[in-house]
Amino acid sequence: MSTKRNTFRHRTLPYLLIAPQLVVTLVFFMWPAAQAVIQSFQQEDAFGLSTTWVGFQNYQALFADPDYLNALKVTVVFTLGVTAMSLGLALLLALAVDRMVKSATVYTTLLVWPYAVAPAVSGVMWWFMFNPTIGIFPYLLRMVGYDWNHGLHGTDAMILVVLAASWNQISYNFLFFVAGLQSIPASLREAAAIDGAGPAKRFWTITLPLLSPTTFFLLVVNFVYAMFNTFATIHATTQGGPAGSTNILVYKVFNDGFIGLNLGSSSAQSVVLLFIVIALTVVQFAWVERRVQY
Amino acid sequence: MAAITLESVGKTYAGGVTAVHAIDLAIEDGEFLVLVGPSGCGKSTLLRMIAGLETISSGAVKIGNRVVNQVEPAERDIAMVFQNYALYPHMSVRENLAYGLKNRGVPKDEIARRVAEAAKILEIGGFLDRKPRALSGGQRQRVAMGRAIVREPAAFLFDEPLSNLDAKLRVQMRGEIKQLQARLGTTSIYVTHDQLEAMTLAHRLVVLNGGRIEQVGTPLEVYRKPASTFVAAFIGSPAMNLLQAEVSGGRVRLGGASLPAPGAAEGKVTLGLRPEDLQRTRPGAEGALLMNVAYVEELGAQRLVHGTVGGQSLVCAQPVESDLGDTLTLTADPAAVHLFDAASGKRLG
Ligand SMILES: Nc1ncnc2c1ncn2[C@@H]1O[C@H](COP(=O)(O)OP(=O)(O)O)[C@@H](O)[C@H]1O
Ligand SMILES: [Mg+2]
Repeated sequence: MSTKRNTFRHRTLPYLLIAPQLVVTLVFFMWPAAQAVIQSFQQEDAFGLSTTWVGFQNYQALFADPDYLNALKVTVVFTLGVTAMSLGLALLLALAVDRMVKSATVYTTLLVWPYAVAPAVSGVMWWFMFNPTIGIFPYLLRMVGYDWNHGLHGTDAMILVVLAASWNQISYNFLFFVAGLQSIPASLREAAAIDGAGPAKRFWTITLPLLSPTTFFLLVVNFVYAMFNTFATIHATTQGGPAGSTNILVYKVFNDGFIGLNLGSSSAQSVVLLFIVIALTVVQFAWVERRVQY
Repeated sequence: MAAITLESVGKTYAGGVTAVHAIDLAIEDGEFLVLVGPSGCGKSTLLRMIAGLETISSGAVKIGNRVVNQVEPAERDIAMVFQNYALYPHMSVRENLAYGLKNRGVPKDEIARRVAEAAKILEIGGFLDRKPRALSGGQRQRVAMGRAIVREPAAFLFDEPLSNLDAKLRVQMRGEIKQLQARLGTTSIYVTHDQLEAMTLAHRLVVLNGGRIEQVGTPLEVYRKPASTFVAAFIGSPAMNLLQAEVSGGRVRLGGASLPAPGAAEGKVTLGLRPEDLQRTRPGAEGALLMNVAYVEELGAQRLVHGTVGGQSLVCAQPVESDLGDTLTLTADPAAVHLFDAASGKRLG
């Protein structure tokens, strides 16, 4: 980091320069967030004509609502599924590329491409591939005797959204893992090889521990991604169904607020999500401060 | 403990670079052999082939009586000390030392005994529970050595283990490595680009140039009878003077001077004279070298006089209290006159 300090002659210039970013943040982030907090303490009548102050009633109703508790459970399963899947596959791919001598850059480039595909587009792609009537995978699965139908079976739907959401994120994780692996000196693995550790043992006792800063960073990023950035994926594939089996918290906020028009409950849900983000960020920063492990 | 034999060992990298050309070398059991040469001459490649970290393109490497070309590094019964030490940063010093033993299924109490012993030998007992990053460069160096000796291997391989240390520590660790090897008697191959390190440590040293052996011999042999101009210029500090000269009638002539020529060479040669072998003689002496002094470097113990003889640059070492004029009259003992073929650079006589 540079310690060089530039001084401006005009007192107002620095403020002018950061003003656009500040305005965007205030108008599109702070203002709606404040609105959400206020609305979460209010209730609107069915016609949207009057609002009444109801205190914590929205929150109480929320945590008594079986649908909300279900969404909470679905979110946990979905988030863990996406994180495990996208971290696991990304690490496998990164390890494979790390061993490659010749065409590593070609593979790296190819593996990064999915990241450039918009989540909605990849969602539709997965929707086609898994479409019970025209999709290739249900066709193949039927041959081994499995009747795939994510429109009817909650588990199938969950597998589909986990796959679709992971696919987008693998590229991102992959890049970080490749960089992480490259920062481990080859001599460490060589020393371990001389010290009698086979490839598997080297991975568990040397590579993985030394990757832990990268892994932890990605863990938090993937949690945030799965919980908050997968709206488009869900919207393009299952729309939260069947019977709420893929209705994650973020999707439920949208559903209850914009479809169900229950703004009070929807706002309360947003505020809960806000606290989850804050908690994750605090954990992340606390960990970065400690510089992880060794 | 074991002898190590290289039989026309060569290495060509995937890119087509031939780093090592068919090298034959026999390292005796218990010997301290130093591979020395300039950066890029293939020292590390050769060492890494012996360790099993690099595939062998041609020839055979034997440890003991066993050809190890296809043997995994772990099964070669060698230990290696890396230039950057390669300590496992997430493990304590104790765990670093124990790692290789644990992987080999050595019983716990035996591991504890060997770690304690290595810690005592290397005086690292005080920080067994620290992580490597909490150690100084010299301490890390000791831990790296410790990791090698706890294994009690058949051979130690060192790849420039001292080049990350400051000058003073390097000299100290050099001495310790020498004593340690003498005490343990383990066959050792030590790679360095530093000729002084090579001279001081080696039982025998191997001078490498461009992937080929230039000379093998004890430090004194190599110093006294360099096999080529390359070795002559590489071994010894300050470096040997190499001058173009001509031999006729049993005398080497350059400029107006002439020195007794060893052997039966004739015609154009390269004359090698070590700065420390040049002595002053009385002005006007028959056949003496007349040196024009350009400048003087004070080294404390001696002074180095830089100048020219017959238009070619020359360095000579002189005692500090000597009074120098603009010219020096120099001569050399016949035994100190080295002659090399002017074209090939090979030693003559
Ligand atoms: N992995 C590699 N791939 C291709 N060429 C290499 C590789 N490692 C070393 N070389 C080349 O082989 C030659 C010898 O390298 P090295 O053994 O490291 O030399 P030294 O240790 O004597 O400095 C150099 O020309 C170097 O560029
Ligand atoms: Mg080297």
